Amino acid sequence: MQTLGLGQAVNQALREEMHRDPNVFIAGEGVGVDIHDNPVFPTFGLLEAFGPGRVKDTPVSEAAIAGLAVGAAEAGLRPVIEIMFNPFFTLASDMIVNHAAKLRYLSGGKSSFPLVVRIKSGAGFGAGCQHSHNLEAWAAHCPGLKVVMPATSADAKGLLKSAIRDNNPVIFIEHMGLYFAKMPVPEDDYLIPLGKAEIKRPGKDLTVVTWSGMLGVALKAAEKLSQEKIETEIVDLRTLTPLDKDTILASVKKTGRLIVLHEATRTGGFGGEIAAVVMEQGFTYLKAPLRRVTGPDIPVPASPPLEKFYIPDEENLIQAAREIL
Amino acid sequence: MEVSEKKKKEMLWTMILSRKFSDSLVSLCKTEGKIPGMMILSTGQEAVGSGVCAALEFDDVIITNHRSHHHLLAKGADPEKIMAEIYCKQTGCNKGKSGTLHLAVPEINAPCTSTVVGGSLPIAVGRAFAQQYRKETAVTVCFFGDGAADEGSFHEALNLAGLWQLPVVFVCENNVYAGAQRYDAHTRVKDVAERAESYGMPGMIVDGNHAPAVYAATLKARQRALDGEGPTLMECKTYRLRGHGESDPQHYQPKDEIKAWQAKNPISRLGKELVESGIITPAALQEMESKAENIVAEAVRFAEESPFPEAQDALEDLYA
Repeated sequence: MQTLGLGQAVNQALREEMHRDPNVFIAGEGVGVDIHDNPVFPTFGLLEAFGPGRVKDTPVSEAAIAGLAVGAAEAGLRPVIEIMFNPFFTLASDMIVNHAAKLRYLSGGKSSFPLVVRIKSGAGFGAGCQHSHNLEAWAAHCPGLKVVMPATSADAKGLLKSAIRDNNPVIFIEHMGLYFAKMPVPEDDYLIPLGKAEIKRPGKDLTVVTWSGMLGVALKAAEKLSQEKIETEIVDLRTLTPLDKDTILASVKKTGRLIVLHEATRTGGFGGEIAAVVMEQGFTYLKAPLRRVTGPDIPVPASPPLEKFYIPDEENLIQAAREIL
Repeated sequence: MEVSEKKKKEMLWTMILSRKFSDSLVSLCKTEGKIPGMMILSTGQEAVGSGVCAALEFDDVIITNHRSHHHLLAKGADPEKIMAEIYCKQTGCNKGKSGTLHLAVPEINAPCTSTVVGGSLPIAVGRAFAQQYRKETAVTVCFFGDGAADEGSFHEALNLAGLWQLPVVFVCENNVYAGAQRYDAHTRVKDVAERAESYGMPGMIVDGNHAPAVYAATLKARQRALDGEGPTLMECKTYRLRGHGESDPQHYQPKDEIKAWQAKNPISRLGKELVESGIITPAALQEMESKAENIVAEAVRFAEESPFPEAQDALEDLYA
């Protein structure tokens, strides 16, 4: 099987979908001619493959890029736009939050907006807080959007292909740290449905619900805990909305213990939503109070020791596990 | 250019219909229990909607804003379905999800209305991009007010449309007020049209109270777009005869200013022209007014007799 970074898997999904459907086009800052010129990045080589008619380099103009997607999607095209870094979501957010998410509802179901907003995300690059800020909970708080955050290259390919074929606006958040991790990816044309979590590691003692870049942290912690005969079940959400409550609740029912792990800051983070779902629908399964392991409520700092302090690691997770075991 | 008699009559008719429609809403929206939410009317600006839409073909798209009734009626929206939506009824064009503000009528190629000031512009860019991408013989018209020209979305949209030579006509309805703020209190340049130059497109200043002038300008801008020469910024100088909304006492609009603009009423102006030039008789004009009154009365009856949506319908129509 081929091994690809997550960005290369995204690239493969884009190529396959652009070959399959002439309505698919991509637009964004540097999606054609990129400053990096590096094959690990998701749109590498697409301009050469599909030409400037379908690979649209745009000005630095997020509101226009997002509006381009909304208008083109209403007309029946399938735009895939790129927001270079997650904090720049704010610049595109009126078009996404007030328009992409609401215009179908406002039309009484007459119109649809089949568009994908790819967002590069994640801390760990020393870039500081205006380039690193995990805002998935904002998007997940908007009815009308779907929010997808793959943790593996194989998932990224199958989920992005589903997102492009979905008739709704999908926010597809890619952790840039995963661009550099080679992972196996099936070569065939496959889809992974939106709204389905996956158990990435089975276990009986403790459930960790996580997504995106934190899956690796969860897997490392689970290895260490396993040496102490503590078996961790890892639920990779893959899609935040629609949320796969069944998989979460079934796992908590089995283990009786829950930790939610995410890189985003704590207060108002999506971990709170998962905690609330389990308290409402799985309270009696719990043998101990649940825990959240998250970034602290600070902007992501630039200095390496400060940034390392910000990003949750396996020691944080193991410590939380010990508190509830 | 010479505007045909047929077009002049068509524009007069859609203006009369729009005005009767607005006039009926003035009292209905103040009647307890009839119409929920705010009421924003286009009284005085009818020549813009009618003049622009008379120059469009069915396949041309309009993207409009919170002050949309005159655009939609001129593009051919069904007055009953619009009125029922304004009443938030199940039979409304958007099943009561939109109400008066966000009317979406995709069946006449008026698919999106944004009430976020400036929101219509980037969407129009996207809609026009789709027309260019598919090599369609059609253009997109985007309606917005002078206030929207201060939003970042205006500048981003014009820049991208100019850069990519998209088939879009940006129609700024400069009605002198953005909320309670006079134009010269929110913008330094004398005309919004001046800004066109910054984005590599022509800017046109049009008498927005004269439908044939708006029509002629739109035809020119539309042809330019179809010829692949890109967008145009058309500024229609007009006036908002009523407040921003119907709860607005217009305390900031000088009375003599309102009076002066009432004298420039686009409907009586074109009506008079058509009667004086013998294109229509005074009786025919009277007949158009009665016909419009009947259509509006019928639309109101339809809306009032229609049921509200079921409460649970709130959960429908979010995802495709």
